[in-house]
Amino acid sequence: MTLFTDTFLIALIAGMAASGVPLLLAGLGEQLSEKAGVLNVGIEGMMLGGAYLGFYIAWATESVGLGFVGGVAGGILVAALMALFCVRMGLNQIVIGIALTLGAEGATALLHHVQFSRLYPRLPDVATWRIPVLADIPIVGPALFDREPVVYLAVALVPFLVYVYRRTHLGLALQAAGDKPAALDSAGQNVLIIRSFAVLGCGALVGLGGAFMSIVGAGVFVPFMSHGNGFIGIVLAMLARGRPLWVLLGAALFGACLSAATALQVAGVDIPTDVVQMLPFLAVMAVLLIAGRNAKLPAALGAAYVRGER
Amino acid sequence: MSADTMTDTAQTGNLQRKLHAISNTLLMSLGPVAAAFVLSGVILLILDVNPFSYYGYVFGRGLLSPTGVQATLTRMGPLLLIAASLIVAFRAGIWNLGGDAQFLVGAVFCAAFTPLMAPHVPVWIGLLAGAAISAIFGALWTLVPAFLRAYQGLNEIITTLMMNFLGISLASVLVKLVFLDPNTTVPQTRTLAVEDRLPTLFGTTISSGLIIGLVAILAVHFMMTKTAFGLRLRVVGGNASAAVHAGLAVPLLTVAVFAISGALAGLSGGVAILGQYGNVRADWNPGYSLAVVPLVFLARFNGFAAIGFVGLFSIMSIGAESAARRTGVPNYFTLVTIGILLVMLAISEYYGAKRQKAGA
Repeated sequence: MTLFTDTFLIALIAGMAASGVPLLLAGLGEQLSEKAGVLNVGIEGMMLGGAYLGFYIAWATESVGLGFVGGVAGGILVAALMALFCVRMGLNQIVIGIALTLGAEGATALLHHVQFSRLYPRLPDVATWRIPVLADIPIVGPALFDREPVVYLAVALVPFLVYVYRRTHLGLALQAAGDKPAALDSAGQNVLIIRSFAVLGCGALVGLGGAFMSIVGAGVFVPFMSHGNGFIGIVLAMLARGRPLWVLLGAALFGACLSAATALQVAGVDIPTDVVQMLPFLAVMAVLLIAGRNAKLPAALGAAYVRGER
Repeated sequence: MSADTMTDTAQTGNLQRKLHAISNTLLMSLGPVAAAFVLSGVILLILDVNPFSYYGYVFGRGLLSPTGVQATLTRMGPLLLIAASLIVAFRAGIWNLGGDAQFLVGAVFCAAFTPLMAPHVPVWIGLLAGAAISAIFGALWTLVPAFLRAYQGLNEIITTLMMNFLGISLASVLVKLVFLDPNTTVPQTRTLAVEDRLPTLFGTTISSGLIIGLVAILAVHFMMTKTAFGLRLRVVGGNASAAVHAGLAVPLLTVAVFAISGALAGLSGGVAILGQYGNVRADWNPGYSLAVVPLVFLARFNGFAAIGFVGLFSIMSIGAESAARRTGVPNYFTLVTIGILLVMLAISEYYGAKRQKAGA
């Protein structure tokens, strides 16, 4: 096999990290929201909100750090609408989710059109942090341990969330809000606050993922750039059954699919872009066909909590 | 008081109640539309565009100009078929969000085979075959989500969305690599000759696809509300475990719903090709399905109301294209309006339910 040269492998693994990070953040965010009982179909809209605001602020302030803060804010902004409509008012989560996705697609494309009108300014490359020793490992080292700080942050979130879910009061409250909200209410906790917190936290994570796409991944904002990544995040959350570590593994798998095409092109194999774009979704369907039976979701998912009802 | 006047008052009471219910429904449906127009107008103001002149262009082109209104009515045909596809699915409690791919896959296969057949068979056979091909491929594209939902209980929102992305890319691949017309340099399928297309109505340019759409949505409305099969589907949608206890073959019915819904979406693509476009160009995706989802909700899954909302949307989408050219507001703006419309709809539903509870 001449295909598996060093350049091919480095391109594959580095690409896996680059396209896996938005998926990881989307999956972790959706998992947080679903744990608390809110099926977040608006995740695609949150991602676009983060991608747009993150890019805009990074471009306007010429600071990558502020850009990421903006991305988090952009995601939270869309999530706040979700929290207001679906948690506070108890409206249909799927209808509002679709509305936020369509609305954010339109709004970010419109804003981009008004502000940059097809100029597509490009951001400079983001500086990386080189981890000593590990970065010297051949192939894997430069691909995984000489990366943008956000990549390390995203991976570090995994053990952090495991700790929150397993060991803290908050984790227990989140779980209860999704499985038996009435019990949480009887225990004196406010279900709506816990759920709102989860939705906003989801927005922050997903928005960061969106900002990663525009600031690190592409260097530009392109209308509709999230291209289903948020929805793949929902699949990851479904298959991970509440475990952050599984989201990480899934994100790595789908990230590899996303980057396989680029890596193949590096290796000199020419595939049409349309076929390339099908790969991750084919992988998702294949995994769902094989493991779909094991997908598990919280009992009260999708149901609004109204005090005193049943 | 005589018996006659008593029945009279009972009747007027009934009538009043009916009128009240109708006005209530109208308010609940048109209120969100009005609110969405106002909010979108505010956004136009922020963009420094006069909302009155923007909407003036929209309705001037989409409704008041003779060519515009014919384009509006022609576009209604495929849109109504999409609405019918969604009503079947949503009434049965199935969230088929992959309509855009079902539409495109149906359209591409229809455009691939019909022009090859057309020269050798009578026009009506060619049209029937083309319509059948589009419906069959539209239905086939729902097969995987249908089985996953029916036999593994897997949420169809995700699977249909994934199949949506797959199908849109597949349609492009097929047009660019497989069904390419060798006689043109533009990547597109072979073109169906104008005389082999669906006839136009009464000497206008309106495609008879409009009639197909109207028939389909009314048929679906009556199937869901008046037939035993429709009742079964609604029971499945209302409460799947109750349906199991009632002895209904839930998995089979689920697959049937997916198939009908996918076939109608595919047929919508077929009608767009057979009546209007004649071929599929690479990367063509009008994105009708996700846009029609909110309209079907506004119509409360009612076929008659859906015709009205689809008509309004058709006017807006034809009109927006001309308004975009004149005012410089890109077409994305329609997406924002739809998002706002959905939110307004959900809010009106919220207050409607609250009022109902307060009344009870």
